[in-house]
Amino acid sequence: MDREIYLDNSATTKPYDEVIEFVNHISSNVYGNPSSLHIKGIEAERMVKNARGIIAKSLGVSRDEIYFTSGGTEANNLAVAGYLYANPRKGKHIMTTKIEHPSVMEVFNNLSQCGYDVDFIDVDKNGVVLVDDIREKINEETALISVIYINNETGAVQPINEIAKIKNSINRDIVLHVDAVQAYGKIKIAPQKEGIDILTMSSHKIHGPKGVGALYAKRDIKLKPIIFGGGQESQLRSGTENVSGICGFGAAVDITFRSIEESAVHCENLKNMLLDMLKKEVEDAVIISPEGSSPYILNVSFPNVRAEVLLHHLETKNIFVSTGAACSSRKQVLSHVLRAMGIKPEIIEGAIRFSFSAFNTQEDIIRTVEAIKDILPKIRIKRGGRR
Amino acid sequence: MKKVILVRYGEILLKGLNRPVFENKLISNIKRAIHKLGKVSIIKSQARIYIEPEEENYDFDEALSLLSKVFGIVSVSPVWKIDSSFESIKEYSLRMVKDLIKREGYKTFKVETKRGNKRFPMDSPEISRELGGHILSNVPELSVDVKKPDFILYVEVREFTYIYSEIIPAVCGMPIGSNGKSMLLLSGGIDSPVAGWMIAKRGVEIEAVHFYSYPYTSERAKEKVIELAKILASYCYKINLHIVPFTDIQLEINEKCPHEELTIIMRRVMMQIAEMIAKKTGALALVTGESVGQVASQTIESLAVTNAVVSLPVFRPLIGMDKNEVIDIARKIGTFETSILPYEDCCTVFVAKHPSTKPKLDKILLSESKLDIEELINKAVENTEVLTITKD
Repeated sequence: MDREIYLDNSATTKPYDEVIEFVNHISSNVYGNPSSLHIKGIEAERMVKNARGIIAKSLGVSRDEIYFTSGGTEANNLAVAGYLYANPRKGKHIMTTKIEHPSVMEVFNNLSQCGYDVDFIDVDKNGVVLVDDIREKINEETALISVIYINNETGAVQPINEIAKIKNSINRDIVLHVDAVQAYGKIKIAPQKEGIDILTMSSHKIHGPKGVGALYAKRDIKLKPIIFGGGQESQLRSGTENVSGICGFGAAVDITFRSIEESAVHCENLKNMLLDMLKKEVEDAVIISPEGSSPYILNVSFPNVRAEVLLHHLETKNIFVSTGAACSSRKQVLSHVLRAMGIKPEIIEGAIRFSFSAFNTQEDIIRTVEAIKDILPKIRIKRGGRR
Repeated sequence: MKKVILVRYGEILLKGLNRPVFENKLISNIKRAIHKLGKVSIIKSQARIYIEPEEENYDFDEALSLLSKVFGIVSVSPVWKIDSSFESIKEYSLRMVKDLIKREGYKTFKVETKRGNKRFPMDSPEISRELGGHILSNVPELSVDVKKPDFILYVEVREFTYIYSEIIPAVCGMPIGSNGKSMLLLSGGIDSPVAGWMIAKRGVEIEAVHFYSYPYTSERAKEKVIELAKILASYCYKINLHIVPFTDIQLEINEKCPHEELTIIMRRVMMQIAEMIAKKTGALALVTGESVGQVASQTIESLAVTNAVVSLPVFRPLIGMDKNEVIDIARKIGTFETSILPYEDCCTVFVAKHPSTKPKLDKILLSESKLDIEELINKAVENTEVLTITKD
């Protein structure tokens, strides 16, 4: 079997060796409960505090503005629902985009059933949210706007600064939440400068352990918990801290930010290389990721191919990617993001997402293109009839 | 007093001289089903089977739930075995009733007595009457309701006396192994596990064959089929699952045959392979989940063409059933939730938009003659992976 080529880094990443060692070390040595009064507890509390400091520093914010959660999904839920619970008088209109991760989208769907007036803002053909629509839709009742920073399927970067400026010019009180799960650790984010009030981060997308995420919330933003209990994380997120996970997250942030620019350049090169080779060698390939999208994500459709079939063929060659359409038994479940961009169903059916990390090499790209060229003729849908 | 389990069986009783053969098969299946829970002695007496645990702390609830899935059993009851004297019947009945009231909050009851032991001095109505009166005078909050009581206290007077209130229905059917062996074509869908279950219920040992088209389908599709086989094995203890690598064959068919005939030709090849494996393993029939008119390959015309390729009998227990009826059974036997998991199975990738619904055998044979498939079939059978799936 050929060496493994992992190009599904937007789904999750391989943890750094240092992170695994550190998580191991903390699990076996610093096993105290941070709430305990004795030295074992104090040691654990100190390690959590240390990790909190690393994450705060990476954003240029202060430590008491960072809250740990069980992951990006919980952080998104806490941000949106937690803010609205805490501020029932701020208005009943909330806004998000049509290209959010389900952990934001479903919260909005749920809130719309609970009496909130919800707008899902359209995107253009590049998958970038229509800023003018946001401007138009803002009204006196608007309490919160939530926008994904980098879309997980296309890599399209959303104009966060512009949105912040627009809402501030109309009403500074409107809170801006940004889901930065695909952006944190990949581009530099400075929430204060960018006008972001609440920001979601996840550990396992940047080579940290799974089961940990974090929320930045500006000091004067009031949030209410969505999980109740012993009052950990400054009353905002009860439950014994995932000490080893949090420490692993801290370690991953530390390593990632040391070479954040170099990694971006490295991945940009790989992405461009893959893009050029596919354009040249696979005539009908349709590039879905827009110009200027994240260096870490390239979404490409191969018409007349079912993406899942291509995925499994690549899998036999030890190459791992993901699809824009999941096959279910008799129908295709098409990506809501690609649909929002107005892409035709038959193009979505063939959409493959390649997502990169610093661990990928140029050789990975060459082998992947070779593999695709080898597979495509075998699996192309012929004669218009077979599916 | 001893807590035991009473097992009732039905259809076996209709057998004549070979009834002991069926009873012994049932007993060995019972042993197999509950052997993990500890030592028991099994006594067959007067068309009943009594299971007496030899260990303290025997897990009765688990045993009852396992037994309710053994084909051939009509119902089971947790019972108290006591001496056949009216004194002890009174004493223990009263105890059982008090237990029940405390646990379930019952308010009304009646007593039903069967007297198998004709030497017992009282007859059945007399026992019911006297015992009912005894209970009423000792448990004032209880009253008798002969039409719709909260519970019935059953008293069976035999060599020993058995008292109980609970009758748990089981799956019925015939004991597995009493009716030979069949080969089930098991896809990942809703129908085929139900078809297999229905044939197994008639005492037929089941082996299963699954056609696997990786990388056109996902590894998860295979795991799903293994999971379905496991659920079936919870009824029939053990299933040999034959996983046939089918990709090359599908590619060959796809390459050389008209696309409206793909499904029907594929079905014929599947039947052929299933028959080859059946013959190798001693299975005497094939079982499929087909039902008339459900999809293009299940019209009478298509079924006839599919059937023509094999010589073994093909059983289609769902043939006259509606989808909803099949789903009801799938839910009852516990396969439904697994069947609807959305992993692509091999039938969905190579499907024409408008498959032929009225295929003609001679035309299909002509198309098949272009295939170079014999060697591919032999290779697929040779490379078939056999997994033995047991309930544990």
